[in-house]
Amino acid sequence: MANVTENTESQRLTFWERIYLPEIARGLGLTFRQMFRPTFTRQYPEERWIPEGSYRGRPVLVLEEEGERCVACGLCSRVCPALAIEVRAGETEQEKERYPELFEINMLRCIYCGFCEEVCPEEAIVMSKDYELVFSSQEEGILGKDKLLVPVAQLQERLEFLRQWR
Amino acid sequence: MDLINLAIILVQAGILVNLMLMAAAYMVLAERKISAYIQLRLGPNRVGPWGLFQSFADVFKLYLKEDIVPAAADYKFHALAPVIAIGVAVTVYAVIPFSGPLVTIGGKSYGLAMAPNMNVALLVILAMTSVGVYGVALAGWSSNSKYSLMGGLRSSAQMISYELSMGLAVVGVVLIGGSLNLIELIQYQTAHGWNIFYQPLGFLIFLITALAETNRAPFDLPEAEPELVGGYHTEYSGMKFGLLYLAEYANILASSAIMATLFLGGWDIIPFVDEAALLGLDPTGLPMVLAGHVAFLSKAFVLVFVFIWIRWSLPRFRYDQLMNLGWKVLLPLSLANIAVTGIVMLLLN
Ligand code: SF4
Ligand code: SF4
Repeated sequence: MANVTENTESQRLTFWERIYLPEIARGLGLTFRQMFRPTFTRQYPEERWIPEGSYRGRPVLVLEEEGERCVACGLCSRVCPALAIEVRAGETEQEKERYPELFEINMLRCIYCGFCEEVCPEEAIVMSKDYELVFSSQEEGILGKDKLLVPVAQLQERLEFLRQWR
Repeated sequence: MDLINLAIILVQAGILVNLMLMAAAYMVLAERKISAYIQLRLGPNRVGPWGLFQSFADVFKLYLKEDIVPAAADYKFHALAPVIAIGVAVTVYAVIPFSGPLVTIGGKSYGLAMAPNMNVALLVILAMTSVGVYGVALAGWSSNSKYSLMGGLRSSAQMISYELSMGLAVVGVVLIGGSLNLIELIQYQTAHGWNIFYQPLGFLIFLITALAETNRAPFDLPEAEPELVGGYHTEYSGMKFGLLYLAEYANILASSAIMATLFLGGWDIIPFVDEAALLGLDPTGLPMVLAGHVAFLSKAFVLVFVFIWIRWSLPRFRYDQLMNLGWKVLLPLSLANIAVTGIVMLLLN
């Protein structure tokens, strides 16, 4: 008959293994020892995890003293697989000539892929360490420039990571 | 029956039911804590110090939950099933001798046991544990859902297979003690040493069948969640679910208490030692009885710990393995146990 295989498992067992009880006692001994080992649990709101520079959290815009680095080229918006970014360009007196009048990331769409960061010619958008994203409405999930701009000093670790590994 | 008697019985019943409810609440917590530590987690620790009030928060939540009855369910039986389950679970507590006589009022002494001297107490327990399955089977059948029905069916099949071995495992104890009265069995063990030393196989078979009887892992097929969602209580919610859950834990404590009575010497503190004579105390005096009560409860709760410990160590049996174990292993073993016990008893007398 097809599809009938012999159960060789039970033939491989020794007598003591076949009567189960000694093996069960061994298993119970193992779980008993486990009870006295230190636990792994992190007590979240009190103990927070601080990610490394390689962590891809909420994407943010780099803010320097003269203003944001972004030149509103729109590449990030173009590459974003989740269509989360909207950029509207405006003109400025500064050397870079263009700046984003409006820059919005819809955090309900973002999948934290990091493509925007990779494609940006100005290193103006980078992934931050922020993983605590809570919104009470859909509108609140769309972050504007006020929430996206982060001083460059706070992003040093990520920028160094990018220089080293990209 | 005069009024004082009635009042005392009501107080006794009140204490016992509350003991059961509190024990069940803390068994749930213990289960969660022990499972957490076995898996290197912390378990509930937010409600009260060390999570001590977690169970009460859970019960409070269950009270506030909407009670959903499936449209296709038979409403009356759906509501009746949890009542049967909890009712039967409570009934068993009436015959368990939690303590010896503590107080004497009007020439009669009372302890923490409703009917301690019943001459067929052991039979009542066996009968009640098998009626307990009615609640489960009815819950499964009346929900009109395939998962629930399968859970109920499995529970009945399991009960029939393991009830036999359980009854036969107890026969050895009855042969040795020569009585079905739990108090007399305890007195016999106090005088001659605990039954576990004479009936180790009987104890083992009883422990295994008790696991199956209370639907605990590794025999928790009636509620095997990977196959049957929630098993017989899939279609239950709110406090009806709470009652089924409570009945389950009440049964675990009852089984543990019965094992402590039958095999671990009941309220005897140290086996083969006459503690009362050693300390020069009256064995029926209050200190000794209280110490015995504490000893009994500790034995019962150690067994509860074993139940929980086994659950978080062993995987669930397959259905055919369950049946094989019940009919091909435990039944012949328990019969052999009776035969050997009988022959030895005959030769000794
Ligand atoms: S991380 Fe990916 S999904 Fe999120 S905004 Fe950047 S490109 Fe879009
Ligand atoms: S963030 Fe970078 S890629 Fe996006 S618009 Fe600005 S400069 Fe261009």
